[in-house]
Amino acid sequence: MAYLSTSNSNVVAICSCVPKHIEKTADYTHISPEERELFAKTTGIIERRVADEDVACSDLCFSAAKHLIDKFNCAEEIDIVIFVSQSPDYILPATSILLQNRLGLKKDCIAFDINLGCSGYVYGLSVISNLLQSGQLKKGLLLVGDKSTISTTFTDKSTYPLFGDSGTATLIEHSKNKKDWHFNLQSDGSGKDAIIIEHGSCRTPFDKTLEDLAEIEPGISRAKKHLILNGMDVFNFALKEGAANILALYEKSQAKKEDTDYFVLHQANKLINESVRKKLKIDIEKVPYSIDVFGNTSSGSIPLTMCYKMEEVLKSKKLTLLLCGFGVGFSWGSALLETENVYTKLIEYDRA
Amino acid sequence: MINIEEFTKGLEVEFEDVEPGTLNPDTNFRNIKGWSSMHALIIIAYIDANYNALLNGADLKSAQTIGDLYKITEEKLK
Repeated sequence: MAYLSTSNSNVVAICSCVPKHIEKTADYTHISPEERELFAKTTGIIERRVADEDVACSDLCFSAAKHLIDKFNCAEEIDIVIFVSQSPDYILPATSILLQNRLGLKKDCIAFDINLGCSGYVYGLSVISNLLQSGQLKKGLLLVGDKSTISTTFTDKSTYPLFGDSGTATLIEHSKNKKDWHFNLQSDGSGKDAIIIEHGSCRTPFDKTLEDLAEIEPGISRAKKHLILNGMDVFNFALKEGAANILALYEKSQAKKEDTDYFVLHQANKLINESVRKKLKIDIEKVPYSIDVFGNTSSGSIPLTMCYKMEEVLKSKKLTLLLCGFGVGFSWGSALLETENVYTKLIEYDRA
Repeated sequence: MINIEEFTKGLEVEFEDVEPGTLNPDTNFRNIKGWSSMHALIIIAYIDANYNALLNGADLKSAQTIGDLYKITEEKLK
């Protein structure tokens, strides 16, 4: 296992930003009403937020980060900006650098992107806490999210009703006398075909047919530029690896599962998450969900769930949290950390 | 040991929209009313939770009947 622990990091605040536009599973007319009902029951997705065509993931992350910067008046103090996403503004330059400028941050600021999906928040926390632990850098912004709906199309029932858009910002500071954070991070590239956008980059560059829709099977028509999702293989992967990764982290860190207050899992689909929860023998009260109202929001789903479901408890209590992200790659990992008096806020994207 | 009657009955419970007593080992599960890819996920979750065996996409693809699913599960438990 790739286990590591980091010291001296503290989560100060989390803000999550979602688009205002809501799409309901019940209105997804590409499939029958019966199939919609079964989809909602199995995945747990009742509705999700979809960004307008001209809104990027970075706009959502910008709004979330701006809220925190204004709230904590800390623009001058940010030493690191990391943007974790698979829907960047451009192939180059890195979106984090654009956000450094757009947020009015100083030039003495480390900025880089991490190209990961559903595991991205956990990976991002491991990277930023490593950079902060020595104390040479004091504050960092972890900006995480995706505009997944740019890669899906209405005529593909395997992806279109599943994904929602979000952008999140987590303000993290160097802070002594905090408990160590523990991570178990894993990868398996043999699962690449389970979730993939094959075309439009170096391996299979842009061509004129990128936009052409083709029927793959009944109910699934998509173009080369769109996301391919093999639900069964992803499901198999998550059942096999999710709980095992978490249990290994407890063993290695010598922490006790019983001492964890909340288990915040990537919001993949309800059936997967419930299977992981039951394998771990955790009470449902300890596993918050946001998939019902936001869908699968990729790397943004863990901080979004914290903002949506845990505002009061994060603000008022000292908590031990287990976070677990798993998906595209395959890439997966879990983090065990303590939080205290974390400010959280869920906002809707406002173009103005 | 697992037995095929219990396996079939349990699956029927998971497919909430199936009338009790309508499934048997020879039933082609893709022909059940309203079959969709969601049912495939329900099958994988059911077998994993109840028999601790993990089927993948290829396993599902190779199976036609509930009896086939049972045999694959049995093989994985050996």
